[in-house]
Amino acid sequence: MDDMRNDPMMLRSIIMDHYEYPRNHALVNEEAYVQKHMASDSCIDDITVQAKIVQDRIEDIRFDGVACTISTASTSIMSELLKGKTKAQAKAIMDNYFAMIDGADYDANVLEEAIAFYTVGKQANRIKCATIGWNAMKELLETSEDDANEQG
Amino acid sequence: MRNIYEIRQDFPMLQNKQMQGHDLIYFDNSATTLKPYSVLDAIAYYYTNITSNAHRSDYDLAFAVDQAYENARLKIAELIHANKNEIVFTSGASEGLNLIAYGYGLRYLKEDDVILVSEAEHASCVLPWMRVCEKTGARLKYIPLNEEGKLTIEAFRSIMDANVKVVALAQISNVLGYEVPMKEICEFAHAYGAIVVVDGAQSVPHLPIDVKDMDCDFLTFSAHKMCGPTGIGAIYGKYEWLENIDAWMLGGGSNARFDACGHILMKKPPAKFESGTQNIEGVLGFGAAVDYLQDLGMHQLHAYEQKLRHYIVSHMKRMENIRLYNEDAQSGIITFNVKDVFAQDAASYFNAHGIAVRSGQHCAKLLSEQLKTAATVRASLYFYNTRAEADEFLKVCANADMHTCLDIYF
Ligand SMILES: Cc1ncc(COP(=O)(O)O)c(C=O)c1O
Repeated sequence: MDDMRNDPMMLRSIIMDHYEYPRNHALVNEEAYVQKHMASDSCIDDITVQAKIVQDRIEDIRFDGVACTISTASTSIMSELLKGKTKAQAKAIMDNYFAMIDGADYDANVLEEAIAFYTVGKQANRIKCATIGWNAMKELLETSEDDANEQG
Repeated sequence: MRNIYEIRQDFPMLQNKQMQGHDLIYFDNSATTLKPYSVLDAIAYYYTNITSNAHRSDYDLAFAVDQAYENARLKIAELIHANKNEIVFTSGASEGLNLIAYGYGLRYLKEDDVILVSEAEHASCVLPWMRVCEKTGARLKYIPLNEEGKLTIEAFRSIMDANVKVVALAQISNVLGYEVPMKEICEFAHAYGAIVVVDGAQSVPHLPIDVKDMDCDFLTFSAHKMCGPTGIGAIYGKYEWLENIDAWMLGGGSNARFDACGHILMKKPPAKFESGTQNIEGVLGFGAAVDYLQDLGMHQLHAYEQKLRHYIVSHMKRMENIRLYNEDAQSGIITFNVKDVFAQDAASYFNAHGIAVRSGQHCAKLLSEQLKTAATVRASLYFYNTRAEADEFLKVCANADMHTCLDIYF
């Protein structure tokens, strides 16, 4: 993993690939999905993230919207990475991702392709693009935790 | 115009300022402009030498402030060929446009009256009128733009009718930078009995303006887009209109007398609109900014800007990787995209080379039909930009593509 960070060509091609061929890039109209719309006034991005969370597992993640390379690729990577994970696993990955973006200590091994964004902070204004989809997913997870707690 | 390198000495932000390890190239002048020392000095002068309130007191200091304040009003009036008592200070173009919409609209508009705007208006020129429509039952109508995104006099004539009471338009659009034929519009609108409210936020800083010749009823603008401080701007209004529209804010300074029975006698314009302690430092800074522009000469700075724009555009239009949207605009605004690159990604790429440009999204209805894109990059020039900056910008443009726009992160 550590070597990938020293290979900018590789990181760039990961981002390009997810921008040109975003994964899970279509919304569905199904009741089993919860969704979060993210639009900020300081940036052009306007995306919607959907998740199907069944008990403790994230069974599916989907997204769509008008967005730049960084937000499209980072959301696409997030959708692949967190799909099929338990809530606890997803939360651990997210914590590491946000730590990486914030310049704190993180475990590169759990981030897989998301490592491509480790230097996004060079363009300070783009940190929000690299986190917009991740934040949407975080909120969806938190809401589902709250619901679970209320029911429990 | 004075030598450009001499002019640049007047601006602290142009002294060895770096961005991302490159010399700063500030091409976002439509958003706000840099300030010369003389403006900063005028603000500091108020606090260091003549601090006291305006229009309030009988001691010498306060008298000096009154004089400086009213003198600034005179300078601004002279810049646009208005009379001094036709200039009202506001916090900026946005407040000015709101003041006019509510002050005129709520008083005079009624059901089925029409307010005409264009499809390219700035939010500050449209949203206040939407609110007025909600309250009065008046309707907002949009003048369609042609396929280049221009507002033509023909389109205006064909939509104009006797129901139109207000025409509210930017003289220069902040998206495409085209100048609207405002004199003809005023003449035509007046023939139908409508008033014309001109949003001058992008025109007053860059063009010689003569409100009497244009014959508009109102004109609004912001100091910060013309070398002045933020938080200050002005309205020009024909004096009869200033007398006959309502102030939307009341308080100390705007009333001559009031009594406990609720009788208020308002002061005459412009004081009627300037309630409360005003932004005195802003007004003095605004006056100094106008002095600075007048010293350069509005004709000269406009000609300089046009020449620089022409130079840049003539090169950009030959670049395969660039899509240009407003080749022939008569302003400093250059609107474009790097092919296959989302506008925001391109703007970050320019940032990585020390160049400040803006990526902007346009109201969907507005320009998606003409431009067929959700967002564009806007470079906007002012008189202190140089040929050398233009060359650097062009070099960076020429190298822009999907790969280089991503390389900036690694
Ligand atoms: C055409 C136009 N109108 C109005 C405004 C609003 O100006 P301000 O933000 O200074 O009130 C702007 C500023 O961007 C503008 O470009």
